[in-house]
Amino acid sequence: MSLIDARGLEKRFGADVVLHGVNLSIERGEIVTIVGPNGSGKSTLLRMLAGALQPSAGSVQHAKGLVIGYVPQKLALDASLPMTVRRFLDVPKRQPEAEVAQALRRVSVEHLAQRSLDGLSGGQMQRVLLARALLQKPDILMLDEPTQGLDQTGQADFYRLIEELRVELDCSVLMVSHELHVVMSASDRVICLNGHICCEGTPEIVQSAPEYRALFGSGTHGALALYRHEHDHVHDENCAHDHAHEKAE
Amino acid sequence: MLDDFVTRAILAALGVALAAGMLGPFVVWRRMAYFGDAMAHAAILGVALSLGFSVSVFCGVLIAALLVAVLFLSLTQRTQTSDSALGVIAHSALAFGLVAVALSDAQIDVEAYLFGDVLTVARADLALIWSAAVLIAAWLVWRWRGLITWVVSEDLALTSGYRPKLEEIGLIVALALVVAVGIKAVGALLITALLIIPAASARPHVRTPEGMALLSACFAMLAALGGLKAAFLFDTPAGPSIVCVAAVVFALSTGLAKLRGQ
Repeated sequence: MSLIDARGLEKRFGADVVLHGVNLSIERGEIVTIVGPNGSGKSTLLRMLAGALQPSAGSVQHAKGLVIGYVPQKLALDASLPMTVRRFLDVPKRQPEAEVAQALRRVSVEHLAQRSLDGLSGGQMQRVLLARALLQKPDILMLDEPTQGLDQTGQADFYRLIEELRVELDCSVLMVSHELHVVMSASDRVICLNGHICCEGTPEIVQSAPEYRALFGSGTHGALALYRHEHDHVHDENCAHDHAHEKAE
Repeated sequence: MLDDFVTRAILAALGVALAAGMLGPFVVWRRMAYFGDAMAHAAILGVALSLGFSVSVFCGVLIAALLVAVLFLSLTQRTQTSDSALGVIAHSALAFGLVAVALSDAQIDVEAYLFGDVLTVARADLALIWSAAVLIAAWLVWRWRGLITWVVSEDLALTSGYRPKLEEIGLIVALALVVAVGIKAVGALLITALLIIPAASARPHVRTPEGMALLSACFAMLAALGGLKAAFLFDTPAGPSIVCVAAVVFALSTGLAKLRGQ
């Protein structure tokens, strides 16, 4: 059975329908990436699949005993909360010393164990968040825009690490990302989201899909076109429409 | 030994300080200082309630504090920002409470509830205070992992299988308990000080949540002992004296932290 199975997901915030008609399942061992423009509901979908957010309609089924290694976009820690890296890795449960050392080494931040969380850089924080998730021995790693704020090299390194971890832990990976060109090569399956699933499939299939090109353009592998997205039509049930938009290219 | 009013006062103040000191860090981490204040202000309304329905003051205050919590949570789910909602609730509760107490025929000393009256603590009060302290300590130990995970991140708690709503309800009930027993020791107007000041004093010297809770409880009990001692020495009111000592501890602690270059 699938690790996660979502049927007919819908999320409304007040009168706004952020997501609708999402059917999705995640299989063991695959790397799935959700891409989409700002406000397309990527994080909302990830949080619903992780169980952090209740859908307004539809259902999310987790495989029995599913362990999620959740890596939030960032931690909004109050400055009044004292927390060292070492202590944070014991959230929620205390972890054996040897495993903690190994997890820190695996993400190359073993020198930070005694540092306070609020003094870490963005990249260091990402790695510490990842180390905590690894210690849960997850069936699935879920990452919300894990490389935000990292430079190109940092992003490439991070995705390489994720691919290696997938093999080492024999887990699935579900992540949300903006960095299309990097993500494409690191994923088994890409889900292109804009209020609903516009298209999905292997990176090659998605990249050549008209819906994907409509969202991200084609000239630059999408990396730049993202910011001149002109996808403001009304969505119908199955997205069986012509993505009418003005082509800038 | 409990026949001596001084002994009873010391034990009562220590019990309240222990409970408030352990819980204080959560009030600081979750930024609930004003929320605690609103609950404490409602205590006077609780006193009036207890007179009207002839229940114990403890029950009246506990119910009033919980009512305020429910009212606040239902208000903030709509349009009011929490800051103004709390302002409305806290001061309305205090004003209605004072008026209600004045309207009742009972001869009660409002000041005793506003500023505490730890020297008149009876054996039954002591039992109540220490039951609350032990209950809160046991709850903290039981829920610790879930509470800390929730404080770190609500999403992390939810994806780790905890239910932050339950932790939050637990915290609110625990706070109401502290208010209900603390009103006797330091009074409605100053109970929040015993939640906030020791926790804030502990912050610069600790590196983990556990350390902060323990040191905060120690500082609170130190303030209780020192405050009572000062009250006997200088013949000052006990509640405010306790809070004064807590404030002095805070100043010393902050100064020390600055000296050590933190």
